[in-house]
Amino acid sequence: MGSVTGKSKDNYAATVRLKSIGVMVVLILLAVICLLPIYILAVNATRTSTDIINNGVQLIPGKYLIANIKETSHLNEIGQIHYSAIRGYLNSGIITVVATFFSVFFSSLTAYGLVVYDFKASTAAYTMILAVMMVPVQVTSVGFVNFMAQLKLTDTYWPLVLPAIAAPPIVFYMRQYMKSSFPLDIVEAARIDGSAEFRTFLTIGIPLMKPAIGVQAIFAFIANWNNFYTPSMILISRNEKQLTMPMMVQSILTNDKLSDMGVRYTSIFLSIVPVIIVYCLLSRTIVDGVAEGGVKE
Amino acid sequence: MRSSAKNKIRSISYAKYGYLFILPFFIVYFIFQLVPLINTFKLSLYGNGKTTLEYVGLQNFKDLLTGVGSRSVVAQHDSFLRVLKNTLILWFGNFLPQISLSLLLAVWFTNIRLKIKGKTFFKIVMYLPNIVTAASVAALFLQLFSKTKYGPINSILMSSGLTSGPIDFVTDKWNSRFTIMFAQTWMWFGNTMIMLMAAIMGISPSLFEAADIDGATGGQVFRKITLPLLRPMVVYTLVTSMIGGLQMWDMPYLYKEGTNFNKHTETIAVYIFNHFHDTPHNYGYSAAASVILFIITAALGSICFAMNVDKDALAKKRQIKEAKKQQKLKTKSFGGF
Repeated sequence: MGSVTGKSKDNYAATVRLKSIGVMVVLILLAVICLLPIYILAVNATRTSTDIINNGVQLIPGKYLIANIKETSHLNEIGQIHYSAIRGYLNSGIITVVATFFSVFFSSLTAYGLVVYDFKASTAAYTMILAVMMVPVQVTSVGFVNFMAQLKLTDTYWPLVLPAIAAPPIVFYMRQYMKSSFPLDIVEAARIDGSAEFRTFLTIGIPLMKPAIGVQAIFAFIANWNNFYTPSMILISRNEKQLTMPMMVQSILTNDKLSDMGVRYTSIFLSIVPVIIVYCLLSRTIVDGVAEGGVKE
Repeated sequence: MRSSAKNKIRSISYAKYGYLFILPFFIVYFIFQLVPLINTFKLSLYGNGKTTLEYVGLQNFKDLLTGVGSRSVVAQHDSFLRVLKNTLILWFGNFLPQISLSLLLAVWFTNIRLKIKGKTFFKIVMYLPNIVTAASVAALFLQLFSKTKYGPINSILMSSGLTSGPIDFVTDKWNSRFTIMFAQTWMWFGNTMIMLMAAIMGISPSLFEAADIDGATGGQVFRKITLPLLRPMVVYTLVTSMIGGLQMWDMPYLYKEGTNFNKHTETIAVYIFNHFHDTPHNYGYSAAASVILFIITAALGSICFAMNVDKDALAKKRQIKEAKKQQKLKTKSFGGF
């Protein structure tokens, strides 16, 4: 009897180990696929144009990063290129930070309002939010830019940050999160203790929603930093001083007069450095925050 | 009876905060989304190949959908059908691998029995492509998949002897499509995986432990616990991916040779953008295409949500209604006494 159970236990352990090894192989392969393009970009940003053309793909960085970065400041002298890393950082940074704060804060507020309070229009409001989640930006963009032009808001940043207040997918996510893990009794308890409703939201609601807020803040940050469509639509006159980072990258892409491969890679690389730094700092918070999310049962 | 009266007082006194809290959303939504949407519908009835904004009724839609008329109308119709087809191909081509891969990875990562080392590392690495600006990804992939023999991918393929000459990944019909699908999957599978994983982690671990003690296999746990409890999240992912896919713009718009334009990867969003920026300005076709995109999205979206009606919530609602009814009946009968 004893030997039989021992055998099946061994078998079980062996299958699990075998499966774990298989899973690890797949994971390592995927990790390499994820990292390699970005790694090649980073390495090529440190090499000279002739080195890249003659020697192809290399995995060891070169020594020309600083020289290449210096060279990017001369890009504006070539044809139609508008590129300035510092200005790009500044412009994209302002838009991204403000828009991210707006989306996360007001989405939490909306979700909190929908879940905590029992009011007549609550279901109707939620259904409407679900319905408008369906509307892609592209659908409204023609009318949006036309309307903003009437309000004389094109070529300003207002149409790029204010709409972030109404972010249906984030409200949807926050509401789902609250429904599954928000203890409503705690609001009642705060009321008994004499806390005003908005204060309860700030001091109890927001901390309890932190894991969801963390994840959504990252998603909103990425979406706003990566947003290339709306700025391209709104900043009609392509004023050099207003361009966001993706628009600067585009001006390099569409230009074939830039023959220096090293500088080309460097300018692309510079456009992604800030997000990668921010990501390295915040990734832990998300990954841990997601795991800790809320109280169950 | 007293408790129901108390309930009433409570709901009346706090309801106004509910309205107050959701007010900013709806004000901003009204100005920046609803008015523009109505404006788009209005603009779709104007223009039609003429420089002045002139009311033309449904002519723009007729041109795009039927293509009966002059040669330029036929050309419009053909290019509209082409971008519609391209959009569907590119969407399926990145959504299917993306959701299957993400779901598989999410299940692996949350499986307590598999001994995966460095989970956090893998999660961080796999999410990394998503953080990279789409415009920069397009630029990077254009460099990597450059069709000359100096392009990194081509040089690897040639030096390993897989191909004799450089492959055209940029302008060739299917090669360019596959490259875009690959880039999209590469960018988004980590994002989808993290969202699904968050949802699986939201499921009470005691359920998995109980299943483990009862000797359930991995497949059983997935079908009976993970998937049913994960349904809202899977549907959320499906909806957002679908909307994202239909409005796919950055990659198809930028992944081309210089300013030349690739008709095999032009999506409906690229079509709308290009026609919008045409000079002299004629927003008509652009707006009409937007309205058609809206109808397609709305149709697909409502199918999705019909499938995801929260059955528990519905049942609860019905129960509450029933209870109220019975209570009413009771009070009535008491009153009759």
